[in-house]
Amino acid sequence: MSVATATPVRVSLGSRVWSLVSSRETGIFLALALVVIATTIKNPEFLFSSDGWRDLLLTPSIVAVVAIGQAVVIITRSVDLSVGSIVGLSAYLVGTLFVAFPGFPVPLMFGVGIAFGALLGLVNGALIAFGKVPAMVITLGTLYAFRGINVAWTGSNRINASDMPDDFLNLGTQQILSIPVLTIIALVILIVVAWYMANTRGGREFYAIGSDPDAAELYGLAKTKRVLIAFVASGAASGLGGVLFAARYGTINSQVGDGFELQAIGAAVIGGVAIVGGSGTVLGAVFGAYLLLTINRCLPILGIPDFWQRAVTGALIIGAIILDRVLANRQAKRLVAERDAA
Amino acid sequence: MTSLTAATPAPTRTYADHGRPAWRRLLLTREMAIIFLLIVVLAVASVVVPKFATPVTMGYLLFDITPLLFIALAMAPVMITGDIDLSVGSMVGLSSVTVGLCSQAGLGIPVAMLVALLVGAVGGAVNGLLITRIGLPALAVTIGTLALYRGIAVGLLGTTAITTFDKWWTTLIKSKIGTTGVPTVMILFVVLLAAFTIMLHFTPFGRGVFAIGLSKDAAVFSGVNAERTRLILFVLSGLMAALAGIYYALYYTSARGDNATGMELQVIAAVVLGGVSVFGGRGALHGVIAGVLLIGVLSKALQLVNITSDVVSIITGVLLVLSVMAGSVMNWVQSRRVRPAPASTPTKTS
Repeated sequence: MSVATATPVRVSLGSRVWSLVSSRETGIFLALALVVIATTIKNPEFLFSSDGWRDLLLTPSIVAVVAIGQAVVIITRSVDLSVGSIVGLSAYLVGTLFVAFPGFPVPLMFGVGIAFGALLGLVNGALIAFGKVPAMVITLGTLYAFRGINVAWTGSNRINASDMPDDFLNLGTQQILSIPVLTIIALVILIVVAWYMANTRGGREFYAIGSDPDAAELYGLAKTKRVLIAFVASGAASGLGGVLFAARYGTINSQVGDGFELQAIGAAVIGGVAIVGGSGTVLGAVFGAYLLLTINRCLPILGIPDFWQRAVTGALIIGAIILDRVLANRQAKRLVAERDAA
Repeated sequence: MTSLTAATPAPTRTYADHGRPAWRRLLLTREMAIIFLLIVVLAVASVVVPKFATPVTMGYLLFDITPLLFIALAMAPVMITGDIDLSVGSMVGLSSVTVGLCSQAGLGIPVAMLVALLVGAVGGAVNGLLITRIGLPALAVTIGTLALYRGIAVGLLGTTAITTFDKWWTTLIKSKIGTTGVPTVMILFVVLLAAFTIMLHFTPFGRGVFAIGLSKDAAVFSGVNAERTRLILFVLSGLMAALAGIYYALYYTSARGDNATGMELQVIAAVVLGGVSVFGGRGALHGVIAGVLLIGVLSKALQLVNITSDVVSIITGVLLVLSVMAGSVMNWVQSRRVRPAPASTPTKTS
């Protein structure tokens, strides 16, 4: 019979290495590497030209930022369907401000986009947290409403690259040590959020609420506050996504960010963030975003018409959630076996 | 031995002393509220909007909302069990593409319809099996199939569209009953409405649907085959979406991969607006139909006064949020009202 002791569990180096190797993030990264290698064999330009390397890192970074926010929301056992519409509104706001004030300082513009997104996220969060209604329905409503406001505001108007200052647009393509600036921005956000989620009390509370909301509340965690924060974070990430979109593509119409919710949720789910909350990491979500968008870019090179992109996205999402379930079942069985053995 | 019934006087519960007269209980439901709102909007639109209250406009209104009506019939029971089907819009697209491809291959419309319905049933079964057999959350599965079915539809046709169909069928779909202005296809809808109403409100199966939504475990313990019920509902949802897709292809004489993109949002908005609880367990088809009609009437009226579709989507979104919030605000008000109740009634010992 084993005796419960309070001594800290010592994790051997071997098991640490094993848990790193067998983690979901590593698996996704290997899948990504496989896709890139296969495509590069078919067409070396994909990786080994300077543009190829840049696009590989650059294209998914906007969705990656949005997916980081989405992951936080999903970990809290919610979902934010309105992210695409927030990206669109934020991008158009950025463009409009540059048209109105051509000398608008670029760093301040990032602040404006993030704050605006956070405000829209606050609308979602307040309705959900105080109304105690499912996030899915509320954000479905705001997906509609925000996009409608965007279309009403924009109309058939379009903001072009010539309306925005060069140093802003340059951010979209500039590289530092061959790494694109947008990717660096995404990376910084990833590091900050990943550290917060893994090591702080607040971050762990998201997981606690996601794995069992009732237990978390009984334990005294401020559920309302955490849900609110998660949606504000998701809104802020989407707002930043809008700014990055404006910098990267330079053309903003009323349909910017359309369908981002699917890509962001897909990225998170593929990256191992369980849709029922309580598990997964933002790093996984970012890898998921890179896998999803890189596969989409690889399809035409591998000879599959790019019309099939969405089908691949869907198949990946379904494959990922089935995999999650299989792994969870296996772990549950193993835990039961260990308990019975003890 | 004395009979048990004589020994223990059965505690008869009467609802008369709850203070709510029968007429109030009948009229003050979510469903009636939405029907009142529909009547008000109809009345205002008839007076304010020129050319609104004409058979021609009403006919077009019904033509426009027919796909929504079909899908909502099946979405309502799915949501009453506490599930959701986000893949219906994509299934409409896939079904319309199927009809187009079959008719292009010279199979004839009836065969094309059968194939499309089969595709719908299979698609619904895939959703249902993943959800009930593997135990995955409906939201996640149908987000996946939302992308998958749309992806197959777009993959099959690319950016091309099939626009030639058998004339006889397209004229039939676009025809109206006599001079009433009511589309012929409404006959099919009324038959289906009757079937779904009987299924949901007048059969043990239907009671099971509500029971699952209120408490799945309790339903299973009382003998409801919850897994089978949910699977059947997802197959029905796929079938109705496929039917809407057939209609979509023939009415607009266009089979495209991106047909009916985002229709799932409109359907869910209408169903929730019509009083189906997003937590499952309550709802009624007359409310759902009123919800679809309300969205249809608002869109048509605004379209006639040259307000563009984006305002309609703002209104749909805000209505959806409001209708969900209304439930929780009402609960909150009720909890405030109930709390200081006098303890004259026999209190529960706990």
